Amino acid sequence: MRIMSPLIAVLALVLVALVTAQVPGGQALLGIILPYLAFALFLGGVVYRVQHWAKSPVPFRIPTTCGQANSLPWIKQNKLDCPSTKAGVIGRMLLEVLLFRSLFRNTKAEIYEGPKLVYGSSKFLWLFALLFHYCFLVIILRHLRLFMDPIPGFVAALEFGDGFFQIGLPVFYQTDAIFLGALAFLFLRRVLLTNIRYISLPADYFPLFLISGIAITGILMRYFLRVDVVAIKQLTHGLATFSPAITGQIGSIFFVHIFLVCALLIYLPFSKLMHMAGVFMSPTRNMMNNSRMVRHINPWNDPKIKPHSYASYEDEFREFMVGADIPVEKELPAQPAEEEVAKAVE
Amino acid sequence: MADTKVAQMKEKVVKEPSLMTGAVPAKDWWDVEAVFKSGNYCYPAKASMVAYHNKNLPGLFGEPREWDPESDNWNLPENWQEILLNGLKERLDKFRSLKIFMDCCVRCGACADKCHFFLGTGDPKNMPVLRAELLRSVYRNDFTLAGKLLGKMAGARPMTFKVLKEWFMYFYQCTECRRCSVFCPYGIDTAEITMMARELLHLVGVGTNWILEPAANSNRTGNHLGLQPHTFKENAEFLLDDIEEATGVRLNSLNFNRKGAEILFVIPSADVFAEPGIFTFMGYLLLFEHIGLDYTISTYASEGGNFGSFTHNSLMKKLNGKIYAEAKRLGVKWILGGECGHMWRVLHQYMDTMNGPADFLQVPVSPITGTRFDNATATKMIHISEFTADLIHHNKLKLDKSRNDHRIVTFHDSCNPARGMGLIEEPRHILKSVCNNFYEMPENTIRENTFCCGSGTGLNTGEIMDLRMRAGLPRANAVRHVADRHGVNMLSCVCAIDRATLLALNQYWNPEVEVCGVSELLGNALIMEGEKERETDLRFAPLAGMEG
Repeated sequence: MRIMSPLIAVLALVLVALVTAQVPGGQALLGIILPYLAFALFLGGVVYRVQHWAKSPVPFRIPTTCGQANSLPWIKQNKLDCPSTKAGVIGRMLLEVLLFRSLFRNTKAEIYEGPKLVYGSSKFLWLFALLFHYCFLVIILRHLRLFMDPIPGFVAALEFGDGFFQIGLPVFYQTDAIFLGALAFLFLRRVLLTNIRYISLPADYFPLFLISGIAITGILMRYFLRVDVVAIKQLTHGLATFSPAITGQIGSIFFVHIFLVCALLIYLPFSKLMHMAGVFMSPTRNMMNNSRMVRHINPWNDPKIKPHSYASYEDEFREFMVGADIPVEKELPAQPAEEEVAKAVE
Repeated sequence: MADTKVAQMKEKVVKEPSLMTGAVPAKDWWDVEAVFKSGNYCYPAKASMVAYHNKNLPGLFGEPREWDPESDNWNLPENWQEILLNGLKERLDKFRSLKIFMDCCVRCGACADKCHFFLGTGDPKNMPVLRAELLRSVYRNDFTLAGKLLGKMAGARPMTFKVLKEWFMYFYQCTECRRCSVFCPYGIDTAEITMMARELLHLVGVGTNWILEPAANSNRTGNHLGLQPHTFKENAEFLLDDIEEATGVRLNSLNFNRKGAEILFVIPSADVFAEPGIFTFMGYLLLFEHIGLDYTISTYASEGGNFGSFTHNSLMKKLNGKIYAEAKRLGVKWILGGECGHMWRVLHQYMDTMNGPADFLQVPVSPITGTRFDNATATKMIHISEFTADLIHHNKLKLDKSRNDHRIVTFHDSCNPARGMGLIEEPRHILKSVCNNFYEMPENTIRENTFCCGSGTGLNTGEIMDLRMRAGLPRANAVRHVADRHGVNMLSCVCAIDRATLLALNQYWNPEVEVCGVSELLGNALIMEGEKERETDLRFAPLAGMEG
């Protein structure tokens, strides 16, 4: 159920694209209208979501400190895992975003007779997550060749590096294979590890299947099925220059590919994939640990909330306090007994 | 003591079918109901306690009433769902952290086996990711487009009584220790989520007595046990007799509510009345006498520990407010804080924001070494370990390390100083200066990776002993490791809750290992002017070579 329904959803998307590509006007819809629409929804959605987050304040300074704080001068601070300056926070965020610092800490706990708990090193998730994200990035950057003329130097360089081994024709890109491998790993660990399977939702499988669909159709197009590359380039250039046109027989597989990409773009702002923006705004990571040095302001701090006052405390316990020689602000009233005595004397 | 005998528990945690032991759960998590039975929940707050807090902070603690978690009728207000959803909306608007943490989780599972409650119980909903999903599923249902359109397919669930029961069960099986947050690639902090969920639960009157009663006591009497000023003072002074007996020195410096003192000293109040905290308190007093510190202790602000922080940010603020108010009234220059975990989370990350600016105080300067504590320029409050480490670094203390030779010591990093403050090396510097036998527990269980005692955030109550012994297993197991390997017989820490809870935990799992505060070991080592030859330590255990 959790796996089948998202799989069926992605297969349905493939089918929709295949059918639509055959009907008159369908190719224009898939190749021109939808990409613009998807891109607009993607940009608008991401901006909306980030603004939506930004609208809520950060009332308290709550970094998770993962090392020694800035303290006495002779105690060595861990400036990256427990930063107290802006530069430190930038360093921490760069490590997090570029190298997945926190995932690198991952361990695997096991319990044995005794009982004995053991925490083993477990870097596979970190490794494959890193491979997945970097391959994805390289693949996206490589696609810039379809939208830019002349092709930027760094794109050409990436292509050269990616096809370094010069295997096959067209040249085989290593990232394609690594990307599929990483996707397979991320999928298999969801299915095979008991606790990960248990926490996984359809919303976790759907993007995996969708991105796999994009990767597979892309690979099919490049290495196995004939498509009219010139016509595709004409279309993508046209999209980039706002003068799109579909010429020649592009081939249905291309339309499936672009349809799935559009689906991903539209889905992204409304899904967990927004972690790509959210990580930058996570208060436990992007704040300086300087809360005793600089007062952090909470815009909704309520000045009306006052502590139980000392005056009422003393009023309640004055007698005991005086009896125990604890200093008080107001002395005890004259003893009633004495007053009576005084009256009697009068 | 726990209901389950330790021998049985040793079998159970390894063999009973659970996610920790590799068993596959039969049902999806949303189909498993939370069942309350004696021993797995903290007693509900008494109506009088709820009424007390409602008087001070109207509307935050629900209607005072009697209710029974085991019953299917919790006497909730008629519109309880509406109250909760409005409360959630309000918190989404007030806390960016909540929005980000609700939206960004990819369920990678890195947090799953990092939680001490999960490691000890194997209960799937103690994986931080699922604990958060209990709230997230409701959030999706009412606050996200995908949830509204796709419902269950998007992992959304309407707010039902079944969900409420899960919240009460699992947000009271989280100690806000933040260990999961260290491992999360987006820094999602379950402590933050638990804080929100507990605030929500309180709105409909679902809270525990072990938290609300101490919070009420703290508000009224200044300390969580509800000791009145004269009793508080007597308790503290009683310890002077013990100090005299152990060291031969009668201390003169202990004083209360004294105006014009240089420093206000705030402790977790348990240090005045409960073993082994009282030995830590003796350590503080010996240190102050040793260096001739001009300090005072307030009976009004006699609780640094903040039970409000386990309930609602407003109550946290209200209780914490006493410290600055009293510092101002007494006219002290700066504030020194004792050894306490959650107390320091509040002091470090919340106090100045909530109750500052402390512009009537001065930046703390050690009167002995002249060190200016620039890390506290705004709050003007420093930790006793920072203060002591500085003294030792400048050779201002006369120490005889050998007086702790009968102790083989390890150090438990308390969650909040470690992960909510970064106080890691200071206590270690002290320990290495006051005892000869110090061994670290394994790397994955200390510093930022430290394991909770298993009973923080107001869970150190007697009715859930089995749970506590399970949740404390990862910590106890690391202690076991160094006890077997190095003969460790003393677990030191800088937290009052730890001093109470680790004691019970060790009595269960590691009966030969005792628990102490770092300042107690300091007190043993301090060479006092006019002291007698010491034969015992502060808890009257014979020193090494004095056993005869």
